[in-house]
Amino acid sequence: MEYAIDYVLIPLIKIGVVFGALSGVIAYLTLLERKVIAFMQVRLGPMRVGPHGLLQPIADGLKLMLKEDIVPARADRWIFTLAPVITLVPAFIVFAVIPFGPTIHIPAIHILGAAIPARDIGLFITDINIGALYVMAISSIGILGIILGGWASNSKYPLLGALRSAAQMVSYEVALGFSIMGVLMMAGTLSLVGIVEAQRDSGYWYVFLQPLGFILFFICGVAETNRAPFDLPEAESELVAGFHTEYSGFRFSLFFLAEYAAMIVISSMAVTLFWGGWLRPFPNVAALAFLGIIPGIGWFALKVLVFLYAYLWFRASWPRYRYDQLMKVGWQILMPLAIANLIVTAILVLVFGGAK
Amino acid sequence: MSTNETLFDASELTVSMGPQHPSTHGVLQVKLKLDGERVIDAECVIGYLHRGVEKLGEHQTYGQFVPTLDRMDYIAAVSNCLGFCEAIEKMLGITAPPRAQYIRVLMTELNRITSHLLWLGTHALDIGAMTVFLYAFREREEILKIFENYCGARLTTHMFRIGGTQYELYDGFEDQVRTFIKDFPKKVDEYETLLTQNRIWIGRTRGVGAITAKAAIDIGLTGPALRGSGVNWDIRKAKPYAVYSDFDFDIPTGSMGDTYDRYMVRMEEMRQSARIVSQAVEKIPAGPLMAKLSKIIKPPVGDIYHSIESPKGELGYYIVSDGSTMAYRARVRPPSFVNLQALRQMVAGHMVADVVAIIGTLDIVLGEIDR
Amino acid sequence: MAEENNNPKDESTAPPKPAAAIPPPPPKPAAPAAPPKPKGPLPEPWTSPLVDALNEKFGAEIVKSYSFIGQNQIVIKKARLVEIMTFLRDINIGQFTYLADETAVHWPKDEEFELVYILYSFERNEYLRIKTRTKEWEAVESVVGVWGTANWLEREAYDMFGVKFAGHPDLRRILLPDDWVGFPLRKDYDLRLQDVEWVRKHLGIDSGQKYYVGEARHESPDYITPTD
Repeated sequence: MEYAIDYVLIPLIKIGVVFGALSGVIAYLTLLERKVIAFMQVRLGPMRVGPHGLLQPIADGLKLMLKEDIVPARADRWIFTLAPVITLVPAFIVFAVIPFGPTIHIPAIHILGAAIPARDIGLFITDINIGALYVMAISSIGILGIILGGWASNSKYPLLGALRSAAQMVSYEVALGFSIMGVLMMAGTLSLVGIVEAQRDSGYWYVFLQPLGFILFFICGVAETNRAPFDLPEAESELVAGFHTEYSGFRFSLFFLAEYAAMIVISSMAVTLFWGGWLRPFPNVAALAFLGIIPGIGWFALKVLVFLYAYLWFRASWPRYRYDQLMKVGWQILMPLAIANLIVTAILVLVFGGAK
Repeated sequence: MSTNETLFDASELTVSMGPQHPSTHGVLQVKLKLDGERVIDAECVIGYLHRGVEKLGEHQTYGQFVPTLDRMDYIAAVSNCLGFCEAIEKMLGITAPPRAQYIRVLMTELNRITSHLLWLGTHALDIGAMTVFLYAFREREEILKIFENYCGARLTTHMFRIGGTQYELYDGFEDQVRTFIKDFPKKVDEYETLLTQNRIWIGRTRGVGAITAKAAIDIGLTGPALRGSGVNWDIRKAKPYAVYSDFDFDIPTGSMGDTYDRYMVRMEEMRQSARIVSQAVEKIPAGPLMAKLSKIIKPPVGDIYHSIESPKGELGYYIVSDGSTMAYRARVRPPSFVNLQALRQMVAGHMVADVVAIIGTLDIVLGEIDR
Repeated sequence: MAEENNNPKDESTAPPKPAAAIPPPPPKPAAPAAPPKPKGPLPEPWTSPLVDALNEKFGAEIVKSYSFIGQNQIVIKKARLVEIMTFLRDINIGQFTYLADETAVHWPKDEEFELVYILYSFERNEYLRIKTRTKEWEAVESVVGVWGTANWLEREAYDMFGVKFAGHPDLRRILLPDDWVGFPLRKDYDLRLQDVEWVRKHLGIDSGQKYYVGEARHESPDYITPTD
């Protein structure tokens, strides 16, 4: 009975909550993007559907689902349908390891005479001891979906666009991986819960100890998700309209959701690895203990929102890099910097020892 | 491609950009020959907007022809009007009264600002900076309100008549213009903060589409495109028309002739136009608006060429008159048409993503190219 | 009513004077024919060192040089066109490195095209117009080798008039579709003429036009003539 509750019921509830919350957040992220960018551009954004456009995502979702299902003539039907799924699923399952808050204590519940004993529940679906590696590996699978999408369209331009997107993502994956190694060395563990706890124990968010690592991580993260200023492969003024040219309706919405889910993944990872996860600001300063009123999950959400806002801010403000410049930045600037950061951190960890 | 070749065997790829574009610039088709990512050759196919304006000029009286010309370069319609009215006035040997001249200069310079704002917005949008587009249009909206209050139209204004201007300035005109001009240089600074020092912008525009002064003169480039290459030539200073000689303004030039220099030239030109407007609005003399001329305009037999500095370059009118009420030949020398010729040499060797930037920097209007 | 409008000065339809009451005034002597007032500016002959240099080098080809409303023009024969243009571009009293415009005018009475070249010199801040004439069926040398600008300008002249430019690298239509038949800016091409075959082939409609090449219908019945 305990086994059933601990290993089946509670995880199912957690998965349901996370999946539901994530879907809602992704949907409203699309609205947030349009509103934030509109306000930055001295206009109002969606205003008609619901008060201040609040029902817009529902309208958009319905529209995409009800659209005509077009498959190009000689496209490979199976792969054409599978590709967006391959892109979307990894983005969602990454959230299995991300800690949203500290371990909470649920008191005993009495229903129908039976008692469910009290237990401590960690606010994460699972905590595997190779959490960071899991995230990096699973998010790489999404690239496969993009290539398949371009391939299955059976058309020159989406294929070229897909290959360019994929090449960009792969290049920045390398730098991304290097940039988080400093954090891993300092925390001593790959487990994401362990990393947050290491930040709590050391008393500092890792962004203060690894500023360069954080900057590199975020830049590479923006490039990973094909967002501005690295969004040339899917820019409108390009010849090659990107891998999702031939997609419409529901399949397109899956690609679209995958992009926003990936944004949330990168933001969550940045928060977890560098910004203390669910810790309050300055966990080592007792004077600010009153900030503990806001639960850990609230701090987590707030920090993720800050990063998402940064994503939108970048999109509104900056022009986009040309493809060759983009690759140059990834390989010739960011990767050497990431390796340098790694070496310096390694030396410092060795010299000073411990979790500092 | 034969059946045995694959996509990756073909060494050259011919790709057609347009005629419908996601980015603006009208109906222009550019056939690009690509070697991978590099452009080997570019061929422009134009004529999608050809409406026979020059033929119409032979079948409409001079007065009727003026609004037809607005539709050519519809973004800088005031300049079109000014050039033609001045050309006919030259032939008739009359000058518009001073009040009309000052109003003409003021409106033309406001129109120059409008045209450059539109160029800035669309050029930045093509390269990815979406926000500048909306900021530029916010300012443009103010000027278009002034135009609408003055003559009723925002875009194809038909502001001037042969012999002067028709409409009197409305009440509150000077205040509205002063309010706009007071804040405008700060707005230009605002656009500059978003773009000028931005490393991505510099990366996308420095060295892109460079053309030397000699090549520019040979291919016939005029306007900011020529000044970006270092040639200090502006018809407003070289052959002053209207009352430009009464105003104090500078001509910005670039040095390297690339997209970044042309961008800086146009930004500075906006400031200089604002300077002219702020001087003009203080100096408008009182007086009549139209010169004395007969209702029927019959220029003497002969021909004339008159050119002005439109925001795009040298806009010239070559009118051949046979003494009747309609022109025998009404030729328009469109700056964008001649400027677009330079596209071929400018894109050679660049990447596909630069083609859009180079088309943007030439600042073309298809209405003028195709007439 | 219409008659009176057409003949405002004609007094032949005025009612005859009543007879005999007042002796008619003696007939005025016929006024001496006054010299016709000049109707505006006239071309004036123009001399300059440049014209002298041209006459010296190309005497036979230079027809005349004059100035109209302050704009200098030289009319030349088309025989050594490229040489003359190169001379104008390179000589230090010319330095016309910039071709502002090149266009054609159709004079159907003489069956000629008049080609107009508008040159500008940056160094001397001076415009100059060169005109030459060619028969409609004869080619004229292309000046693409002298100024690159001429490329598209000549293509447009060919497109609109049918002027043949010998030596042009790529002489084909520029504004009109490549397979259009007819040259619109010629005086024998009606304002509303279309290439019916082209329209039928590419647009799939019958244009229903009533005008045909060779018939300039300026006064066609349903053409609204602007009232004077």
